[in-house]
Amino acid sequence: MIQVENLHKHYGAVHALDGLTMTVKPGVVYGFLGPNGAGKTTTLRILTGLARPTSGRASVAGIDLSSDGRALSRHIGYLPEEPAFYPWMTPREFLDYLGRLHGLSSTQRTARVKELLDLVNLAEAGKRRIGGFSRGMRQRLGFAAALVHRPEVLLLDEPVSALDPSGRKEVLDLIEGLREQCTVLMSSHILADVERVCNVVGIIAKGRMVVQSPREMLMERYAQPVFEADGEDPLAMKRWADLLKRQKWVAAVAVAGATVRVTANDVVLARHELMASAAAQELVLRRYEELRPSLEDVFLQLVETEAVK
Amino acid sequence: MNFFIVLRKEITEQWRTKRLLIVAAVLVLFGLASPLLAKVTPDLLKSIPDMPPGLADLIPAPTLADAVGQYIKNMSQFGILLAVLMSMGVVTQEKERGTAAMMLTHPVSRLTFLLTKFAALGFTFAVSLAAAALGCWYYTLLLFEALPWGTFLALNGLMLIVFLVYVAVTLFCSALARTQGASAGLSFAGLVLVAGIGSVPRIGEYFPGQLFNWGGTLALGGEASNWPALWGSLGLIVISLTAAWLVFRHQET
Repeated sequence: MIQVENLHKHYGAVHALDGLTMTVKPGVVYGFLGPNGAGKTTTLRILTGLARPTSGRASVAGIDLSSDGRALSRHIGYLPEEPAFYPWMTPREFLDYLGRLHGLSSTQRTARVKELLDLVNLAEAGKRRIGGFSRGMRQRLGFAAALVHRPEVLLLDEPVSALDPSGRKEVLDLIEGLREQCTVLMSSHILADVERVCNVVGIIAKGRMVVQSPREMLMERYAQPVFEADGEDPLAMKRWADLLKRQKWVAAVAVAGATVRVTANDVVLARHELMASAAAQELVLRRYEELRPSLEDVFLQLVETEAVK
Repeated sequence: MNFFIVLRKEITEQWRTKRLLIVAAVLVLFGLASPLLAKVTPDLLKSIPDMPPGLADLIPAPTLADAVGQYIKNMSQFGILLAVLMSMGVVTQEKERGTAAMMLTHPVSRLTFLLTKFAALGFTFAVSLAAAALGCWYYTLLLFEALPWGTFLALNGLMLIVFLVYVAVTLFCSALARTQGASAGLSFAGLVLVAGIGSVPRIGEYFPGQLFNWGGTLALGGEASNWPALWGSLGLIVISLTAAWLVFRHQET
């Protein structure tokens, strides 16, 4: 559905994209992750036709971006990081206007506008001027605007960054609900959100794709298991940590006060040996837990590795 | 078809943001004031205290030509200034605010985006000038005599073309600039350039300033024509809009 091949984008001496290649298959919710300045927004702007690549090829919904930008707009919905509107319009008028542009009939527009305002929880504000909207309300309206014409591909740039926790949950639920209905490419720096709704993840750094993979495969492949233990005596915990560092099945040990965090090379062995080791040291543990590695751990690991290159 | 959908939105914007009202109010004010000023100016001069004896008798009685002259003078100053002020930020503002990017990801071509702005501003100036002309014609009738309708209409049509030249040139500057400050600077430079070249002998004959003279002569029943200025002005509109489109279509919004 989205195909990007060796995309370069240079702004003078700055290489915003440096040979980016990615594939987004139909029906997936693709989480596009990367640190600030990695090239996420530039990629999305190129995919919408708002920016042009210096070199490389990209196609969205089968449309080559170098050929027909006009046709592209019928197939995509785009939510920029800070959506902008005409302040003198009301949300109802704005969505109706977009409906007209996309060729919806009067009856279709009336129904679609009502449906979308209900969906993004703006029905009560439907007749208020957009000029008085908060950032969160504008973000939700932007989401509705991107959906007016039921696009095949939805490009979302930090879609929940301006929302409060309840608004964030609502929008994430909406995105999750779009799975299989349309293809979603969502950039975000909030890893927990990506982890929650995206079934495929691509990590970009310095304008290059570091890794792209189904989320579960990515976690299996890159996430190193982590064990965490809180003890009573910080000194005893420090001694234990020093002992653990010498074990072959331990990848890394971090100590913070009376908490020891162990990253294992061999999770099965670690499960057996850690408790035995703690018992041998006669440690009193308040808490012992095998933590599920988060996408954040994977992200940091991969991005830090890329930064070292 | 989307051209008319976007044009409708642009005209609604002219109305809701009160641009139409401001342009209409200013032009109507000067339309009404022009014959009035022409009528009372000699009386005002005569009422200056300590005027040397006999000088007051030399001040000519106001005529229809004074009313038309005053109207042309006011419109050539305030109309052109309004054309520049109302057009200078229209594209830049949307680029800065992000609405241009928002709209261009929907089925709105960059050409439609620009042309509808020009057409909406054209509509604003046409409606406002029509109201101003009506006011001027009525006051002239009350204070002097009736102006011939047809030729007065021709004068206003030519004035509208002059305004549209400045709208188009300013729109080009707005498409060219990245910020509103730069747009304002470029727009006033454009205003000075068009007016400046228009005052150069020979070359100036092809520039819009000549249309005021042609229209004035026509409105007072004289025989005149200045087709090079008309074609030159229309050409300037087409060139400015084409240049605006060429610049805008390659810009990243």
